[in-house]
Amino acid sequence: MTVPVLLPTPRRLIDATIDGESVRVPEGTTVLEACEAAGTEVPTLCYGDTLTPRNACRVCVVEVEGARTLAPACSRRLEAGMSVATDSERVRHSRKLVLELLGSSVDLSTTPAVAEWMERYGADPGRFGPRAEPAALGVRDARHAGAHEPGDGAAAATVEQPAKVDNDLYVRDYSKCIMCYKCVDACGDQWQNSFAIGVAGRGFDARISTEHDVALPDSACVYCGNCIEVCPTGALSFTTEFDMRRDGTWNEEDQTETTTVCTYCGVGCNVTLHVQDNRIVKVSSPHDNPVTHGNLCIKGRFGFQHVQRRGDG
Amino acid sequence: MDLRLLDEAATADERDAVDSLLGTPESGWDGGTRQDSDLRYARGGHTARDRRDLLLPALHAVNDRVGWISRGALNHICRRLTVPPAEAYAVASFYAMFALHERPRRVVHLCTDIACAAAGSDGLRERLAARLGPPGTGSGDAPAAWHESPCLGMCERAPAALALQAGAPARFAVAAPATPGGLDALAEGGPGGRGADGDRPSPASDHPTTFHPGPPPGASPEPGPAAAVPDAGSPDHVLLRRIGRVDPLSLDDYRSAGGYAALREALRLGPAGVIREVTDSGLVGRGGAAFPTGRKWNATAQQPDAPHYLVCNADESEPGTFKDRVIMEGDPFSLVEAMTIAGYAIGARTGYLYIRGEYPRALLHLENAVSLARERGLLGPDVMGSGFSFDIEIRRGAGAYICGEETAIFGSIEGQRGEPRTKPPFPVEKGLFGKPTAVNNVETLVNVLPVLLMGGPAYAAVGTAGSTGPKLFCLSGAVRRPGLYELPFGATLGDLVEAAGGPHEGRSLRAVLLGGAAGTFVRPDELDIPLTFEGARAAGASLGSGVVLVLDDTADLPAILARVAAFFRDESCGQCVPCRVGTVRQEESLLRLRSGASPAAEVPLLREVGRAMRDASICGLGQTAWNAVESAIDRLGLYSADDPAAPDPAPGGTATPAPGDRAATEEAR
Ligand SMILES: Cc1cc2nc3c(=O)[nH]c(=O)nc-3n(C[C@H](O)[C@H](O)[C@H](O)COP(=O)(O)O)c2cc1C
Ligand code: SF4
Ligand code: SF4
Ligand code: SF4
Ligand code: FES
Ligand code: FES
Repeated sequence: MTVPVLLPTPRRLIDATIDGESVRVPEGTTVLEACEAAGTEVPTLCYGDTLTPRNACRVCVVEVEGARTLAPACSRRLEAGMSVATDSERVRHSRKLVLELLGSSVDLSTTPAVAEWMERYGADPGRFGPRAEPAALGVRDARHAGAHEPGDGAAAATVEQPAKVDNDLYVRDYSKCIMCYKCVDACGDQWQNSFAIGVAGRGFDARISTEHDVALPDSACVYCGNCIEVCPTGALSFTTEFDMRRDGTWNEEDQTETTTVCTYCGVGCNVTLHVQDNRIVKVSSPHDNPVTHGNLCIKGRFGFQHVQRRGDG
Repeated sequence: MDLRLLDEAATADERDAVDSLLGTPESGWDGGTRQDSDLRYARGGHTARDRRDLLLPALHAVNDRVGWISRGALNHICRRLTVPPAEAYAVASFYAMFALHERPRRVVHLCTDIACAAAGSDGLRERLAARLGPPGTGSGDAPAAWHESPCLGMCERAPAALALQAGAPARFAVAAPATPGGLDALAEGGPGGRGADGDRPSPASDHPTTFHPGPPPGASPEPGPAAAVPDAGSPDHVLLRRIGRVDPLSLDDYRSAGGYAALREALRLGPAGVIREVTDSGLVGRGGAAFPTGRKWNATAQQPDAPHYLVCNADESEPGTFKDRVIMEGDPFSLVEAMTIAGYAIGARTGYLYIRGEYPRALLHLENAVSLARERGLLGPDVMGSGFSFDIEIRRGAGAYICGEETAIFGSIEGQRGEPRTKPPFPVEKGLFGKPTAVNNVETLVNVLPVLLMGGPAYAAVGTAGSTGPKLFCLSGAVRRPGLYELPFGATLGDLVEAAGGPHEGRSLRAVLLGGAAGTFVRPDELDIPLTFEGARAAGASLGSGVVLVLDDTADLPAILARVAAFFRDESCGQCVPCRVGTVRQEESLLRLRSGASPAAEVPLLREVGRAMRDASICGLGQTAWNAVESAIDRLGLYSADDPAAPDPAPGGTATPAPGDRAATEEAR
C-alpha cells in the first residue's frame, strides 16, 4: 500500500544496486520501498505504512556494503552508489535469530506470514529450551526497572500473561505483543493524540501500559481502535474477534470485506466491514484512504450494532 | 492537549517538592487552585508543553522528598508540565532509582558487579536480605529498602554500598569498602533528623544543593576524593594534579592552583582558534568511542541551525569505571571551566551536564561549583567580561546505563525515555532538542585545559602518534593498590598492573578485563599490550573507558560472565529485538553452562545469538553485549574444550581480531 502524497515535489534520481541489480529511484526512497519496487520481498513487523518507522524489530535488516552493522531496510534511505544485499548469509542469520528470539518469547500464533518466514530462514524458536510458565496478571506490570531474578536458565523466559479484558470493545493480549511501538505512535502524536498508552519499564520487562497499568476505562482511551488497526500481531483485537477465536469460530476464509462510507457524520471516513455469517465481526479502514489513513473514531470503529438488529429485540 | 488525569491528589509534601522546583503554579490550568477567572480562558498548546525537559527533575524532586512516586504526585507533575500521565509513567518506570510503589525513605544500593563480587558482596547481600527482606520495594516496617546495583563507580573501594535517604534535603552515605558493620549502619540508621556530626553547615550553605553534605545518622563520613588516587600529588600528573591539593569546594583554591587560565587563553584565541588547538592536539574522546574531538567540535560549530548545545556525558556507568567521578568530586571547577571553553568553541550558550544518579557527592560538588562560578561572572551572560554568554544546567540520571549512549542521553534530558535514536542523523546535525550538539565525556573535556595551556602541538607530543596526551586508567580487582592512575599513553598493560602493585601475595593473574563489561578479557601472557587506542585494537581488544579490572586465580569466571550477562539484560532499553531478547537468551545459556550444561550445545548457541546482537542491534549496548563473553571463550579458553568452532586459545592463537569495538559504533559522523 502506498501512502498518498498530495503534492509530490520533484526529486533527484539516484542509482544504487540491490542484490546486484541496478535500481534508479528518487532520492529519499527507503531501501524497503526500493525493494518493493524491484519486487524483492523483505519481511517487516514493526514497519507501518501509515507511521514513521521505529526500526525496532530488526527483521527487515539488509547488508549495506562497507557498513559494520546491518541496516534496517524500513528506515534506511538509499544513497547514490549504495550496494545492498537482502539475502546474504549475514542477513539470513540475523533475520533467523530475530524470528527465533521473538518466537521463543512471544505468542506469534496470530501474526500473519511469520510461519512462512520461519520456514524460509530455518528458524527454530524451540532451541532455547522449554517455555517458562506465563506470569500471573499484573506481575510483569509491577517489575522494577533494572532488576530481575536470574533463575537457572532451564526455561526460556517469555512475555506471556493472561489477556487484559477490561472493556466491552477490545482486548489487549500482550502475550502476543512484539513491542513494535505502533499502537503507542498511533495513539499519540502521529494520529490520535490521546496518549492513553506508552511503553513502560525497560529491557525484556518493557511493556505497553496505561499510567500505573490502570484499566482502559480509567485511562485517556477514547476507543478509536486506531491501535488495533496498526497492531501487526493480533495482540490488540476486537472483543468479537477475541471471543470467536477463543470459541474456535473465527474463520477468515468465510469473511467478506465491504468498504463503505461511515454514516455518522460529514467527514466521510471509509470503513471496511468484515462480515462472517452475516454479522459484522470487525471494522477496519483502508490505509490508503486520504480521509482516514486507516484511522476512525469510536463510532465508525465500534458503532455498528444497530446495523444488525433485525427486529429481534 | 486535553489531559485526562487520575482522581488522586498529591500530598502537601509532594506538591511542595514539585513546586519548589517549578515555582508556584499560575492558575488552575497548571496545577494551582482553580479560580473563577480560570474558566474564562484556556491554557494549552506549545507554551504549556515546552517544559517537558523538567519531567525528569520533577520526578527526582518527589523521589528525593518522599522516597517514591505516588499516583497523586505523578498527577501533579503531569498537570504542572502538561504531560500525559501514560507518558510520565513510561518515563518514570524506565529508571531503576524511581519507585512507583510505596517504600521506606531510605534505600540501600549494594553493588554486586564484578569488582565488588570479587571482594565479597555475596555475603553482604545475604546480610541485607536477612535484615531487610528481599530486594525491591521494602517490606512492612523495615527501616530501608535495598537493591542489588550494577557498578556504583567506586570499584577501587570494593565492595561498595550507597544509601540514599529521602527528606528535605535528601541525604546520602557510602560504605566502601563495606564492612558488615558499615553496611548495618547504612541499612538501619535512625529516621533522618540531625546528622551524626550534627547539622554541619554546608561549605557553601547559601547555595542550595540537592543533597545535604553530611551523612545521615549512624553512617560514617566518606574519605576524601583523593583516596581514590594512590599516587595523588605526583608531579607527573596533569589531569589529576589538583586532586587532593585543593579544596574542591573553593573557587579561590582552584584559581590559585592555575584555574581559569585556560578559559582566558580560549577567549584570546577565539572559537576557531580553540578548535584549531584541539584539532592539532590529536585529542580523541575518552568516553569509549575514541572519536576525534576537534572534528566533532568543528562539525558542530559549522552547523547553520541554531541554537547549538553542549552535553557533558557524566553518566559514567560502564562497570569498572570511576575516573569521571574522581574528577568531579576532587576538581569540579576544572569541568565547569572546560565546559565553558567547549561551549565557546562550538557556539553554544547552554551546556547540559548529565551526571549519573548514583553520584551524590559529585553532584554536590558540581552544584556548588556552578553556583560559585555564576556568582563570580565565570558563567552567565558575560563570561569573564568577554560578552560571551554561557551557562550550565545539571541534569541527574536515575539509574540507567543506556542514558550514557550519546543519543539516549538526549531523550533522557528532554523528558522522554532514554532510548537511543537511529543514526543518521548524527548528533552534530540533530542532537538535543533536534539541534546541533556536541556530546563529550568528562575526561575528554578536562583534557582541553592542558591542550590550551600547552598548545595543541605540545600536547600532541605527549603519548604516541595515534593516542596523544595523558590517560586515566581505572584499576580495580585483584591488585594491591587499586585506584585511578594517570599515565601518558604508551605504557603497557603490564606496566600499569605493576604500578598498582601486582597481584596479592601468593596469587597469580588469571585474566584482565579491559574496557569494562562491553570490553574484552585478555590473558596474563598478553600483558605487553600497549595501552593505546591503536595498540589495543591491534590486539583485538579495546580501551573503552579505561577500565583495567584484574582477576586472579580465585576468580569465578562462570559467575562473572553470568553477572555481565545479567547487567546487559537489566540495562537494555528494550527497543530492539536482538538486544531485548538476545541478552536474556545469552544470560540463560550462561546460567545453564554454570550449572554444568554441555558447552558443545551452548557455545554455538551463544555465538549465534551474539552475532545477531552485534550485527542487528540499534546501538552500542546490544552490539557489544557479547564482547566479554566471546573473549572469555576465545581468549581465556573458558567453555571451549569441546567447542569445535573455537579458535586456539593458546598464546599466538588466532583470537578473533577486534570484536564489536565500541570505537566503531559511532564511526561515520
Ligand atoms: C551503552 C553505552 C553507554 C555509554 N556510556 C557512556 C558514559 O557513561 N559516559 C561517556 O562519556 N560515554 C558513554 N558512552 C559513549 C557515548 O556514546 C559517546 O561516545 C561519548 O560520550 C562521546 O564523548 P567523547 O567523544 O568525549 O568520548 C556510552 C556508549 C554506549 C553505547
Ligand atoms: S483505542 Fe484509540 S485512544 Fe484507546 S488506546 Fe487505542 S489508539 Fe489510544
Ligand atoms: S500491542 Fe500490537 S501494536 Fe502495540 S506494541 Fe504490541 S504488537 Fe505492537
Ligand atoms: S541495542 Fe539494546 S539498548 Fe540499544 S537500542 Fe537496542 S534494545 Fe536499546
Ligand atoms: S520492520 Fe524494519 S526494523 Fe522492524
Ligand atoms: S563499584 Fe562495585 S564493581 Fe564498581
